[in-house]
Amino acid sequence: MSVVGGVDVDRVLLKHGAGGRAMRRLISETFLAAFATDPPERAGLLGVSAMDDGGAVRLGDRWLVMTTDSHVIQPAFFPGGDIGRLAIAGTVNDLAMMGATEILGLTCGVVIEEGFPRADLERIAASMRAACAEASATVIAGDTKVMGVREVDGIVINTSGVGLTRRLIRDCGLRAGDRIIVTGTIGDHGMAVMASRHGLQLDSDLRSDVAPLAALIRGAIEASPDGITAMKDPTRGGVAGALHEMASKSGVGIEIVDAALPVRPAVRGVSELVGVDPLFAANEGKAVIGVRRESADAVLRALRAHPLGRDAAIVGACVADHSGTVILDTGFGRRLVAEPDGDLLPRIC
Amino acid sequence: MPLEFRDPARAAALRDALARATARVGRERVSLMHVCGSHEQAIAKFGLRAAFPPALDVIMGPGCPVCVTDQPEIDEAVALAAQGVRIATYGDMVRVPGTAGSLADAQARGARIDVVYSVAQAVEIARATTEPFVFFATGFETTAVATAAVLIGGVPPNFSVLSAHKYIPPVMEIVAEMPGTRVEGFLAAGHAATITGSATFEPFVERHALPVVVAGFEPLDILAALVKLVELVGRGEAAVVNMFPRCVTREGNVNAQRQLWTVFEPIGGRWRGIAHVPNGNLRLRDAWAAVDARRRFTIDAASLWRQAPSSLVRQCICGHIMAGIASPADCALFGAACVPDSPVGACMVSSEGTCRIWHEYGGVPDLRGAACPS
Amino acid sequence: MCLGVPGLVVEIDELTATVDFWGVRRRVRLDLADEPVAVGDYVLNHVGFAIRRIPPADVETTLALYEQLLKEANADLMAADVRGEIDAS
Repeated sequence: MSVVGGVDVDRVLLKHGAGGRAMRRLISETFLAAFATDPPERAGLLGVSAMDDGGAVRLGDRWLVMTTDSHVIQPAFFPGGDIGRLAIAGTVNDLAMMGATEILGLTCGVVIEEGFPRADLERIAASMRAACAEASATVIAGDTKVMGVREVDGIVINTSGVGLTRRLIRDCGLRAGDRIIVTGTIGDHGMAVMASRHGLQLDSDLRSDVAPLAALIRGAIEASPDGITAMKDPTRGGVAGALHEMASKSGVGIEIVDAALPVRPAVRGVSELVGVDPLFAANEGKAVIGVRRESADAVLRALRAHPLGRDAAIVGACVADHSGTVILDTGFGRRLVAEPDGDLLPRIC
Repeated sequence: MPLEFRDPARAAALRDALARATARVGRERVSLMHVCGSHEQAIAKFGLRAAFPPALDVIMGPGCPVCVTDQPEIDEAVALAAQGVRIATYGDMVRVPGTAGSLADAQARGARIDVVYSVAQAVEIARATTEPFVFFATGFETTAVATAAVLIGGVPPNFSVLSAHKYIPPVMEIVAEMPGTRVEGFLAAGHAATITGSATFEPFVERHALPVVVAGFEPLDILAALVKLVELVGRGEAAVVNMFPRCVTREGNVNAQRQLWTVFEPIGGRWRGIAHVPNGNLRLRDAWAAVDARRRFTIDAASLWRQAPSSLVRQCICGHIMAGIASPADCALFGAACVPDSPVGACMVSSEGTCRIWHEYGGVPDLRGAACPS
Repeated sequence: MCLGVPGLVVEIDELTATVDFWGVRRRVRLDLADEPVAVGDYVLNHVGFAIRRIPPADVETTLALYEQLLKEANADLMAADVRGEIDAS
């Protein structure tokens, strides 16, 4: 065991899966080294080096987009959803973030702990079916494994998806002057799960926002096919994480306004109580969209016309200064939004 | 109700008043210190420093209980966890590194750690099991009163407390007495003062001839308190002024104080980055020995505390940074051997520590720039 | 020291109150309160304990305090202006 300043550097830690800096380092040191293509990008192929929401291969005049996700959420059933709905929505949304709202097919692999209740499994499968219907997508292949007690925690679901799009939308296309839109209230999923996981004993109507966004995004793209310059779904690491990645990959700074961020009162309440910032809490039914200034209103209207986009709002803009950083206007001053690093934990101080 | 203290119009007026008050002092720099992680959190969260006049320096002192919990105290908790004892603690303690890792690291190796929001919750969890259950109690006096209350209320036989609680007023003395200190006034933590009362600071003010203003945590509270403190500094007036009257009285919460001192007594102890603080630690009184984890379990505390600080720790200048004498840029370890992933000193541990903030933001950025495009 | 959050008491069961914070409710212990607490009171909560009953009058007093501070600050400014005028004349 190598210990540097008290940290075991020879082992993978929980923070390596939390969506922040540590995870990106793990990915680039281990997996990019193994899977990066040579050269990293070439015409007709978008590979792992881009670390975008999915990979893509040119197919005639379109792009074939592929993505995969593993879902390990605990608890498997949480207010507003379950691991099944999360699995389908997560993959559908990754495809949609690349512009691929026409989904060709999904796969579903499950690893189940011995003793897992059959009734729970049925509920999860039913959730997945309902989410597929909402996304007009179908699971066309799967795999099933069972492991011994405590060899895996409850259930792990991996989903992958394949979709087509004429125009590939990346997370690195922002330019100074572009507007930043979030498609609805932020932090719902992360706060709901954190509150129930850590037994904060809060009585609230906190619910996950988990939902497949294919139709919502399709409407936004149709409203302005060339106006959308970047998209990302703010899952682990929250809106802060997504904005940081988009800003640094695009080479711009981003400035957002606190008063413009849509936040549910219950999420604000929990945020005040336990000191967790909604900007860092995960979202599973939202998108962050960069859009050319002149197209912003059209995209916003299209989003708000859809049930999942009623609370969509323009929350900020891109600037040429302070490339890669995100600044928040608090209404009382300004501050930097830090890069998320590690799981959300309630604090006392 | 709390939203009445976030009115941007009143905040703007207070900001202007603060600029004028600072200008009236007429010096290039006015250095003030607060001693509360929540004050730093509020200042950072609302971006208030971008609105302070350039001559005003509001320094964060040793007011974050997460930061100042020293390595041996973490080691005790980690040692207990490694022994198979189930540990409950507050969320922000789980990642603080000890000599050989944090509680989170211990958890990765199989230890049972429960994160709780309240010590009362820890007692409930303990009641539902028979295994030994230790509450790793951290926090200042505002939090220690809760630990005292549950012990007085009665806990199940498997429950005990490993106290790393600390007491703030003594460390203000240390900072005020540090040679070369430039601090001219203190913002006192409003929630701790809710417990102890504003009178607690009167002897300090008399001894050191430095003004103390008790401040709340909303943007208006902080701005108004700073206006008052700068005015006192400008007039050379050493007084205690309570700018948080809705929560703080002169005598404080007598009921809570009684419970606190029934259970705890102050003893000297080591604070990370500050070394020895007389009367700065809260220890369970002998009458409560039965629920003191240090007396119930065999943790080799003596050898832990005798451990010579590593060469890295000896180079740490957190104490000077907290006193406002040095900045992170003055530290040889900053950004090299001392980074958020492997922190050496208190200021790098906490998300509210000066070094941590500097490191994350690449120095103190000038955020007084242009407003956001509309 | 930290995260003291004010909330509204909506229910009391002996030494435990149900407190509402922006629509989120939590049970809060009253063992440490400085005064008897009743439904409709505001309390300051820290780690699940009420450490202070916040009298509604004190909210008004605080706002008045800030107004007074601003008035004094303005008065000082005006005084400085007047002095400036006197010196100049």
